Amino acid sequence: MAESKPKPEKLASVDYRPPSKSWMDVPPEIRLGTFNWAANPANAKYLDLPHVRKWQPTDEDWKLPDNWQQIVLEGLADRLQKYRSLKVFMDICVRCGACADKCHFFLGSGDPKNMPVLRAELLRSVYRRDFTTAGKILGKLAGARPLTPQVIKEWFLYFYQCTECRRCSVFCPYGIDTAEITMMGRELLNSIGLGIDWITTPAANCFRTGNHLGIQPHGFKDSIDFAVDELEEITGVRVEAPINKKGAEILFVSPSADYFASPHYYTLLGYLQLFHEIGLDYTWSAYASEGGNFGLFHSSDMMKRLNAKVYAEAKRLGVKWILGGECGHMWRVLHQYMDTMNGPADFLEQPVSPITGTRFDHARSTKMVHICEFTSDLIANGKIKLDKSRNDNVKVTFHDSCNPARAMGLFDEPRYCIDHACNHFYEMPENTIREQTFCCGSGSGIGTDENFEMRMRGGFPRANAVQYVHDKHGVNMLACICAIDKATLPPLLEFWVPEVEVCGVHELIGNALIMKGETRTTDLRGEPLPGVAEEADATDSVAASDGEEVSKDV
Amino acid sequence: MKALFSLVVVAVVVLLTVLAVSTSGGRTFFGTILPFAAIAIFLVGMIYRVVYWARSPVPFKITTTCGQQQSLSWIKNNNLEAPRNFLGVLGRMALEVFFFRSLFRNTKAELKSGPRLVYGDARWLWLAGLAFHWSFLVVFIRHFKFFVEPVPGWISIMQELDGFFQIGLPIFYITDGILLAAITFLFLRRVFNPQLRYLSLAGDYFPLFLIGALAISGVIMRYTTLRVDITDVKLLATGIVTLNPVVPESLGAVFFVHLTMLSVLLLYFPFSKLVHMAGVFMSPTRNMANDNRVRRHVNPWNHPVKTHSYEEWEDEFRDVMKAADMPLEKDVESK
Ligand code: SF4
Ligand code: SF4
Repeated sequence: MAESKPKPEKLASVDYRPPSKSWMDVPPEIRLGTFNWAANPANAKYLDLPHVRKWQPTDEDWKLPDNWQQIVLEGLADRLQKYRSLKVFMDICVRCGACADKCHFFLGSGDPKNMPVLRAELLRSVYRRDFTTAGKILGKLAGARPLTPQVIKEWFLYFYQCTECRRCSVFCPYGIDTAEITMMGRELLNSIGLGIDWITTPAANCFRTGNHLGIQPHGFKDSIDFAVDELEEITGVRVEAPINKKGAEILFVSPSADYFASPHYYTLLGYLQLFHEIGLDYTWSAYASEGGNFGLFHSSDMMKRLNAKVYAEAKRLGVKWILGGECGHMWRVLHQYMDTMNGPADFLEQPVSPITGTRFDHARSTKMVHICEFTSDLIANGKIKLDKSRNDNVKVTFHDSCNPARAMGLFDEPRYCIDHACNHFYEMPENTIREQTFCCGSGSGIGTDENFEMRMRGGFPRANAVQYVHDKHGVNMLACICAIDKATLPPLLEFWVPEVEVCGVHELIGNALIMKGETRTTDLRGEPLPGVAEEADATDSVAASDGEEVSKDV
Repeated sequence: MKALFSLVVVAVVVLLTVLAVSTSGGRTFFGTILPFAAIAIFLVGMIYRVVYWARSPVPFKITTTCGQQQSLSWIKNNNLEAPRNFLGVLGRMALEVFFFRSLFRNTKAELKSGPRLVYGDARWLWLAGLAFHWSFLVVFIRHFKFFVEPVPGWISIMQELDGFFQIGLPIFYITDGILLAAITFLFLRRVFNPQLRYLSLAGDYFPLFLIGALAISGVIMRYTTLRVDITDVKLLATGIVTLNPVVPESLGAVFFVHLTMLSVLLLYFPFSKLVHMAGVFMSPTRNMANDNRVRRHVNPWNHPVKTHSYEEWEDEFRDVMKAADMPLEKDVESK
């Protein structure tokens, strides 16, 4: 795509002044760089989605089905009946504005419709008109408006400019979660065939092959085998990575990007090292080769359809419990939805660490444990040896991914891992971490190229906090526990703070891990391993100076 | 514009009341019929609203966690921000309802050159909100002295405390001042903050003016010569409650304005954002424990969906899996 990418200077000056016209009279502007392309019809059809057709957001006419209004209003009525959250959130907002400047998209774009409260009003205004007495009688005066094609375009634009990060919900005095409203809005859009491709296509792939990238089982095996080979080259240790192994004690599920994208890949190597070192009896699954769940960004039904394979596979393989890798939205689904949707998992056992004997009581129903919980427990029980100095080449800060933060409360476990894996760790400012963490700006399926400008805007508050610790402490590595983060933070930082790279927590663990029989001189990225490499350096520094001359000759 | 509109509506109602109560029919209407209807509609309306909400299930446990979860024994769980049990939820709700915990986090983001995003303290909103709600409550309770005979001791004590500074005669109640100051702040904030003005509806200004008028008329009656006779108010109040209306002659226009503002507020309540008073207790992100992985939450409408079973999956990929030496359930040649 030839569209010119914006410059940081341009995006850094944000105009926060609202337009003079009432927001109801400001038409949505479908501008390249700020929206996502429509779903590929073939993939939508594969998932049996309704009203599949060829269209694009840039078209004037979106070719809505004839009875689109009826579909949307009936859909809204249906969801009001199914979700108390929706009813309550529609009714009780007092428009206090506490959430307004808490959204990264508002902070980065200045567009008032990116204030969570106004984003919710986009739907609430329609709700008022058709479902409330005041709205029926007073109309616009009561903040009600009819459902028009323009409203639909507005929904499409702004419900895909929300990453469902739930930061607004932390600050709202009633806990109103705009993510919940966005989710409903997206379901309604999908019901009239207005899905986006970077959600529909990964979901279709996942449904068919088991993972978002559409990698077939043998391809999955190749990737894992390749990682095993590479790990042997780096560490000198040959690990095992069983796939679809019946009777293993633990099923390990992680996001597919871990074995197919960078820098996720180094985290995968970290897992493999760790599991080998502690002698874990576990298996990967090619069928459930994706923990991430783009269905979450589509509809609750799609989420359930994709998530079903996790328990189904655990049952088929006869494992005792499930361990989950580093991924944000995957953990939203696993923690808050899986057991309800696809449980009860009464065929599994309460998770117990086979290495330390710790019973994970907090996961006794869902039977699924987060890798950071698992690893912190190993560290606390002294079951693995970590040499922090091996990460001395990095100064680390930690990005709390939205979902583990605000939908789980997983804060101290990853920090505990980092603390034991490296010497230099610095927190970003208080307003930008833990439950107040800022989104990467590309979550919830909108991390596309065509949406680049909006992503850079939305990610600006995060990047700016990274900039702060970079300037103050020389931080050069942003650790995180989310596959979307690992995919989208590198371009974000490249744009705003190019000096800082991104890694997973288990990459740091992998680097620091002392393995039996290892012969290592590089870290997982092939860079000299501090500590180890320096010792090696010291012994052959003479040779090195010789070598220089030699190389000149050559 | 929206603010002006709301102001005009309140002014018209005030005017109407003042004009009408010069006639005996008007006095009966504004003194008995309207208040009675208002109370009835308020009660029925609020019950209806709560039942309307409660009729929809909570399909998923979507707690917003604002603190450390309960996981490993040596990691300290923040039971008030990520409640692990019912007690934690109670505590969390109490903090929210009595002290506006979430609003206490409020910050104001500012973009400085650099670019640098800085987050300043913006707890004025919290303070004003808290001051407004608490003083309103105290003022409301203080009014019990008009309905109940004898006046309970704790109300008298509260009254004493409220008049602690012993300023003026009759003694000035601190809460009157706080209420008016808070409401003024909330109004000015809405008007002068460009974002807030942009998103505000008429329905956001209306209750502010209504309560403002309610408070001002009350203050006038208390601190000026337009004082009302407490026994007459009691007579009227008992009349409404016992469905045996009497409108004592001594009650003047200001009193009727006061009463009408209250009536309109009650009438308006169940149809407006003011239902947050009940709704805050029903917000699923706040009133559920973060014990998702401990206890299974049941969704009553958990309907079946179409999935892609392992068998179907293996049928589709059997050949490539076989070629890659992967374990199979059914080792047959696929067609
Ligand atoms: S903080 Fe809550 S109540 Fe206030 S405007 Fe936002 S959503 Fe509405
Ligand atoms: S969920 Fe996140 S992205 Fe969506 S409105 Fe709230 S703060 Fe903004």
